[in-house]
Amino acid sequence: MKHLRLAILAVPVFLATAAFAQNQVATLRNTAPLDQQGEATQIPGIVNTDIRQVRNYPDQPPLIPHKTDNYQVDLNSNKCLTCHSRTAVEVSQAPMISVTHFMNREGQTLGAVSPRRYFCTQCHVVQTNARPLVENEFVDVDKVIDYVKTQQGGAD
Amino acid sequence: MWNFLKRLWWIIRRPSAYFSLGFLTMGGFVMGIIFWGGFNTALEVTNTEAFCTSCHEMRDNVFEELKPTIHYSNSSGVRASCPDCHVPHNWTNKIARKMQASKEVWGKIFGTINTREKFLEHRLELAQHEWARLEANDSLECRNCHSDESMDITRQSKRAADAHERFLFTGEKTCISCHKGIAHQLPDMAAAEGEDHAGLLAPAHGEGLLASTRSYLGLSSD
Repeated sequence: MKHLRLAILAVPVFLATAAFAQNQVATLRNTAPLDQQGEATQIPGIVNTDIRQVRNYPDQPPLIPHKTDNYQVDLNSNKCLTCHSRTAVEVSQAPMISVTHFMNREGQTLGAVSPRRYFCTQCHVVQTNARPLVENEFVDVDKVIDYVKTQQGGAD
Repeated sequence: MWNFLKRLWWIIRRPSAYFSLGFLTMGGFVMGIIFWGGFNTALEVTNTEAFCTSCHEMRDNVFEELKPTIHYSNSSGVRASCPDCHVPHNWTNKIARKMQASKEVWGKIFGTINTREKFLEHRLELAQHEWARLEANDSLECRNCHSDESMDITRQSKRAADAHERFLFTGEKTCISCHKGIAHQLPDMAAAEGEDHAGLLAPAHGEGLLASTRSYLGLSSD
């Protein structure tokens, strides 16, 4: 009797394990067994074309189209601003940081970069040539507007 | 004292009475080789990374900062060590720099930068010495490896090619004008700004910015 009870208890556990083994749920670590070291994927290269990327909505922070390896952005120095600051763009011909970076939280434009906009990579990021893990279903804002318009029967 | 010098001079002037001319000439030649060779060997020993990093001032500060940079670790495995950038390669200038370095021995003995805090305090001054040296010799130590004749700008990114064409090849700027902080972290550039407006990549973001960012983050602005 005792053995039977144990066996009954063991059945769901066994079934679950078997099901899991069969499913091979793909995670970021892929299908490498837990007790083994998976093979490391190659580190993707950073897009370094210097060609400005499209923005998916008007207030998207522009992407960085170049490498920023080892750029020092700390309280001593800001490598990005050595090209993108207001006074540096004449020499560097880089796009100047937008006027929003000079605004404080009340929307008042200051003379220098607002401290809350100082750490560039909080918003601006580089892109890599990595293959997306999942399909990106993001829709551009224009398409959203078009869709809304068609739903409303063409009325504005 | 004067008598001693006179006596010394007298001994030196006196012709040798016991040693043959051949012995003295050959002896002088052999001893010359030994002393000169020894001097140069000792000089080369002080010109190695192992020697530089045998002091904690270098090992724990600047050497640690060098490690993640391209000059220490890169795809081809070619690597610059401390003296490649910080000691002139030709002999006269090297000796001149080594004589200057006696100041650094003084600093080591009296512990001028023997803690991290003291090092950070002096970092701007130390960096400015190196910037001034490289500005003055047209970035000679950079150019020992990076020659602009061999620099194929078509293999560079457009941004880099444009900058090199405009500033490097015209001789308007030298390597260090733009590439400060390439191998070590930069000091407080807000304090350095007054002296360094000309550089392309020199900070040009207004003197108040770093200070105001510090106070924004609730850090004391020193």
